[in-house]
Amino acid sequence: MPATALMQETEAAMVSSATQQQAIASLTNVTKRYGATIALDGLNLALRPGEVVALLGPNGAGKSTAVRLLLGLIAPTAGKARVFGGDPQNPASRLRVGAMLQVARIPETLRVREHIDLFRSYYPKPLSMAEVVRVAQLEGIEDKMFSRLSGGQKQRVLFGLAMCGDPDLVFLDEPTVGMDIESRRGLWQQIRTLANRGKTVLLTTHYLEEADALAHRIVVINKGKIVSEGTPAEIKSVSAGRKIRCRTRLTAEFLYTLPGVTNVERSSDDVVVMTPQAEEVVREMLLRDETLCNLEIASPALEDAFLALTASR
Amino acid sequence: MSTPAIAYPASQPLGIAHMSRILGKETKYEFLKLMRNRSFSLAVIGFPIMFYLLFGVSNRDTNSNGIHMARYLLGGYACFGLIGAALFGIGVGLAGERAAGWLEVKRASPMPPAAYLFAKCMGAITFGLIIVGILTVIALTMGGVTLTGIEVVKMFGLSIVGSISFASMGFLLALLVPANAAPGIVNLIYLPMSFVSGLWIPIQYLPHWLQRIAPALPTYHLAQLMLGIFGYANQSSVASHWYGLAGFTLVMLGTSWLVFNRAQQNA
Repeated sequence: MPATALMQETEAAMVSSATQQQAIASLTNVTKRYGATIALDGLNLALRPGEVVALLGPNGAGKSTAVRLLLGLIAPTAGKARVFGGDPQNPASRLRVGAMLQVARIPETLRVREHIDLFRSYYPKPLSMAEVVRVAQLEGIEDKMFSRLSGGQKQRVLFGLAMCGDPDLVFLDEPTVGMDIESRRGLWQQIRTLANRGKTVLLTTHYLEEADALAHRIVVINKGKIVSEGTPAEIKSVSAGRKIRCRTRLTAEFLYTLPGVTNVERSSDDVVVMTPQAEEVVREMLLRDETLCNLEIASPALEDAFLALTASR
Repeated sequence: MSTPAIAYPASQPLGIAHMSRILGKETKYEFLKLMRNRSFSLAVIGFPIMFYLLFGVSNRDTNSNGIHMARYLLGGYACFGLIGAALFGIGVGLAGERAAGWLEVKRASPMPPAAYLFAKCMGAITFGLIIVGILTVIALTMGGVTLTGIEVVKMFGLSIVGSISFASMGFLLALLVPANAAPGIVNLIYLPMSFVSGLWIPIQYLPHWLQRIAPALPTYHLAQLMLGIFGYANQSSVASHWYGLAGFTLVMLGTSWLVFNRAQQNA
């Protein structure tokens, strides 16, 4: 008997540690086809409790399709979507989920307060109006008509609507599109607060910078497939690094000998150098060429990161 | 040992109190949204009133073939108004919300889908009643029309039935028609149908071949039921108009259901 009891105990312990890691939401080998086009191609994605995952990819990569599958708005052609252990198309799972989707236009002749009031009514235990207003930074615009809001304010209202039910799982589909820098930083802060409160967040974006700033884990997808997956640092190291642009007398042959330089291009009078070790390369270039001017250093556009990520395989 | 630590969301049905709170709010905000949207509310309320003033009130003393024109056209424009509210409010409104992605935001929330449809329907009914109410006041005060209490009650009751019936057509149009073409298409269906069914001028004055087409139109059956309240219906039986209207509603709802399900499968 004691042996069996011990076995049961260890088994229970194993199960509980396994469930700690159990995904709160997952796509298992999911393919989604629209007619002849394949939006997702055998995608595997698991969100563990409390993590912020960024789904990074260019337009048409399948990011929104993944979110819509996890929200149960569409069904997979093949594979399985699961949220809280159940089918996301089951309406009950939506009580614990909040979603901020890309929407072209939301009814403009309602006030911010009225939109929130309506969405709060859908939940048995909603956040208070004051709390939603605070979380989404809507102070001072509660009584404005939606049509009077700026692009960033509109996005914040959509975020507020997603927060009405105090969700455990939050989907943010391109949340900062159309936001000015200040609003964007504000929303980033709110997303960090969500993570600190133990909420699980799936964020789609085509800004590498945004994924880098917010996510514990980045999943890069393109054409419906995972191209790369890892922590922000891992992702950046395999991408093309940064772009140095300047006017210099240094030759391309020399530049290629500097640390990590993957590419050198001349565009009109300027030279564009790609390297992950931008600081070292710039230091060296400035030492070698006193006439160097018009210096700019930029993080790669995502398209460049993609070229690097996809070319490497 | 497959009990998941993450609790399943309890799929308990909504309590009646909670459901009615949602229905109430959804309806209230649907109405406010439509009322404040002046391009909708001004047109949908304004046109029947303007037409009634031009053709009904100005004919307050016209009696021909036993028809008092202002009284007949009260019935005609009541139908015209409530049908417009249903087709534009739901057909154009829902098509727009669907195309803009707003419907998807609502579907991703725990909103019961029935609440959305209910609110759209209530919006149409409310606007129908407002239009019929204003027309009735104009008819009584300026049109020289006399109505009994029973006639007024019947009018309002039939207005509710008519709104629900044409709401079903609004739903189908919203599912089929691209949002940017919706206002045009609704007008192309709504205006000729209203004319041929005798909503603008007594059907007896229309060419015979048009009069023969009319019984194929749902607007005709609603108009005949409405005019029946005032004693101006054609010879055909009241029951045939009820069948016509009910059959139309069922066909619209059934087709909407089919179209919706096919769209869901392709989504």
